[in-house]
Amino acid sequence: MSVLASTRRRLRELRPSTVLATLALLSVSAVVLLPIAIIVFTAFKPAGEVNAFPPSLMPDTWTLDNLQEVTSELPFLRLIGNSFLFAGGVTVFALVFDSLAAYALARIDFAGRKVLLIAIIATLMIPFQATLIPLYQLVADLGWVNTYTGLIAPRAADAFGIFFLRQFFLALPRDIDAAARMDGAGEFRVFRSIVLPNAMPALLTLGLFTFVNNWNDLLWPLVFTTDAEMGTITSGLTLLTGPSGIVPHGVMMAGSLVAIVPLVVAFLFVQRRFIENIATTGIK
Amino acid sequence: MSADHPPVRRYRPPAPLGGRRRATGSPTGRGVKAFLFLAPALIILGLFVVWPMISALRLSFTDASGFGREEWVGLENYVTVFTDPDILSAVTNTALYTLLFTPTAVIAALGLALLLNSPHMPFRSFFRTALFVPFVVSFAVAAFAWSYLIDPQVGLLNYWLRGAGIQMGNVLEDPGLAMPAVALVAVWKLFGFYFVIFLAGLQDIPSSLYEAARIDGAGPWSRLRHVTLPLLSNTMAFVLVFATIAALQAFDQIYVMTGGGPYGHTQTVVMEIYESGFKKLDIGFASALSYVLLVATLILSLVQFVFFGRKEKDMA
Repeated sequence: MSVLASTRRRLRELRPSTVLATLALLSVSAVVLLPIAIIVFTAFKPAGEVNAFPPSLMPDTWTLDNLQEVTSELPFLRLIGNSFLFAGGVTVFALVFDSLAAYALARIDFAGRKVLLIAIIATLMIPFQATLIPLYQLVADLGWVNTYTGLIAPRAADAFGIFFLRQFFLALPRDIDAAARMDGAGEFRVFRSIVLPNAMPALLTLGLFTFVNNWNDLLWPLVFTTDAEMGTITSGLTLLTGPSGIVPHGVMMAGSLVAIVPLVVAFLFVQRRFIENIATTGIK
Repeated sequence: MSADHPPVRRYRPPAPLGGRRRATGSPTGRGVKAFLFLAPALIILGLFVVWPMISALRLSFTDASGFGREEWVGLENYVTVFTDPDILSAVTNTALYTLLFTPTAVIAALGLALLLNSPHMPFRSFFRTALFVPFVVSFAVAAFAWSYLIDPQVGLLNYWLRGAGIQMGNVLEDPGLAMPAVALVAVWKLFGFYFVIFLAGLQDIPSSLYEAARIDGAGPWSRLRHVTLPLLSNTMAFVLVFATIAALQAFDQIYVMTGGGPYGHTQTVVMEIYESGFKKLDIGFASALSYVLLVATLILSLVQFVFFGRKEKDMA
């Protein structure tokens, strides 16, 4: 009864403009999700259907052939493992180093703080490609080509993360650490047991961000790894195509599906908080 | 160290709310502590960002190829950057890509954020999630999916549009359509990020301002023009700068979808850097081109910040 009444009230509140906007949003979302749908459905289509005319979205019969073939074309598990090690390693190191630096910039009052902050933000404007060649040479000189250290180390801290966390740390109330300080806690204790636990939303957001960006990065793993076994899933998949595209679409979509599933699942788990966190934390 | 600074603390008046934190310890002590916190990040940034920057500058004046000794060639590489017809064409292509990508992505993101900022919108959280999903998909995967969708023979989108009377033909082989296609893939992949940032910016606008505007008789259009957009100018500057940087650095989906073709019509500056540096091993030239791109990026970012970032101050 009351549910019915409230539904009726809500329907009455729906103005024509809201209905129009909802329809517009539904069609935009459909277009936006179409490539995701085509990946998912094509991955399970038999070869005959993938190249059939007229094309269709859904498979008539479902098959695992494409997934099996992509694992035979590439050292697939190895590449997925590399992606986890690369993106995960970068995320762990970057969160630790960025939060340490951000803490000093936000909450320790030292000479030269402003200048340092500006210098760090300035590195944000450097296009990665501008440093790519000397960076490669440096890593080669260190003997790190085709190693996980070489893949991860250059990304183990980044200006965006430092800036992002600094903004969040600045917004934390200043008094929360006073009690701990009065008990004689040092700067590191305050950082670890007061500031960090209160910054979980920001760390989660930045962590997902860093993980996604590195998992998806093409250029760095592409130029850095000369050994196909050391590539990531993102760079490995491009080996299948080349501009001419020799590999069947079904197999490509199966590979793409495997590459995006970990990210989409991770995102859907934290999505509500993720989007809200961006709203409440520093970027803007 | 601490002997130089007797542990006598000067009196500081209590900080106003939200003001500076009480300083603890001597200035030197704080400096040392701050340095310890900063050291790991500064070492990483110094070694892997700043040092390569300096190296690139040096290499850009040489004929470095990765083998043997490099010779100093003065400004030769820079002269080539500004005179080579291939580079001129790559610069034109990058400018075209930026003009196609940046306004489209920013306007789409802003429009959708304005729609979804209203608390009365049904399925709000579904739409927000759906619009952000492409951002977690890599450019490479986005490129595969879109290439298949617009395939001239078996592409589903191509087939549907043909049904609606729109003939696209072989988009990625068409000199006029290849660039809009790769730019649209970037719009698809990135607009969700700008959308979320706009949402965040919109939430910061106090609702009292809208009420005041309504009392003054301002309609929706006038509220948008005189309240929302001026107060959003800082967010706008942030989004424009990031979108422009993303456009100037276009690479991934182009590498996968067209490889710079057809006939160099999607060859961008970063594609040139990649090819000259890693395929032709002309490292000196690639470094010079990188520096020109860097300076162009800096100038464009500054112009945008100055132009779009100031209005909010005028309002306040």
